[in-house]
Amino acid sequence: MSILRPAVNSKDNMQGSASAPIELVEYGDYQCPHCGRAYPILKNIQAKLGDQLKFVFRNFPLSKIHPNATHAAIATEAAARQHKFWEMHDYIFEHQNRLDDESLLRYATHLRLDAAQFASDFEKQELAQKVEDDFESGVRSGVNGTPSFFINGRKYDGDWNEAPFLTHLQSLLK
Amino acid sequence: MLAAGTKAPDFSLSATPDQKIQLSQLKGKRVILAFYPADWSPVCSDQMALYNEMLKIFHKENAEVIGISVDSKWCHLAFSQDRKLHFPLLADFEPKGAVAKAYDVYDEELGECKRALYVLDEEGVIRWNYLSPVGMNPGADGILDALEEMNKK
Repeated sequence: MSILRPAVNSKDNMQGSASAPIELVEYGDYQCPHCGRAYPILKNIQAKLGDQLKFVFRNFPLSKIHPNATHAAIATEAAARQHKFWEMHDYIFEHQNRLDDESLLRYATHLRLDAAQFASDFEKQELAQKVEDDFESGVRSGVNGTPSFFINGRKYDGDWNEAPFLTHLQSLLK
Repeated sequence: MLAAGTKAPDFSLSATPDQKIQLSQLKGKRVILAFYPADWSPVCSDQMALYNEMLKIFHKENAEVIGISVDSKWCHLAFSQDRKLHFPLLADFEPKGAVAKAYDVYDEELGECKRALYVLDEEGVIRWNYLSPVGMNPGADGILDALEEMNKK
């Protein structure tokens, strides 16, 4: 059984209640079609579980097969610096077919980010490093493709279609 | 599988239509041998695509990764180009599966390599092995743990 390494910490982008009984971590790639399919499923699950669920997204770009994935990940981290990680995360998944640099910059403007600041952060080595660190933590945790999920620190290899995934998560609350 | 502590059997196999790789020439480097059933498995969960993203991490550990299957050098060439792989895939093609057999990871029934990993040290001695369940991408956490363990000695 693969264990999440390192555990969720202050460097992570998190949604939901910090003290929620269920912690769900996704390793995802913004250009991966399967992650795109998982995106609305996770939204529904978050809505249904409410403050029972804490959701964390970590970057796992497969940049050789998805040439825009790394820059898309960096764009979300740049948005995070303006406290809009999730807005960018959502917008990118909703516009997965256009993730070139120009589009990413346009999305930042659309989300009313400070465009100059965003463009400058986008070039910062620290943000590229954060994405690389996420990737490395993924491979150390046993991520073998995207999306990969960890529930309360353990890798979940079950079905992530909405009904079975929700049933599984709800069973943990009993 | 061959046990840790065993000297890895040497071999020479085609990496491209005009290039062969001999294991003993890699002495001084750690080598990750990734035996896998076949080219062209699905993309997002593909084991070779994952290792392709990890070359920087492997190189930090002085390790080279090599994929081995019974596909021909021409098939490997097309697969490598399609997936933009930056590490060699070796063709255990003629006599078919001979190297996989020497490493005890040949599936006679399917006529393919099993999905199996070996990590060799700088002297070409096996330090870690892993046989993955059928159809399961083993990821790389075991490889990274093995490389880290080797750093302690």
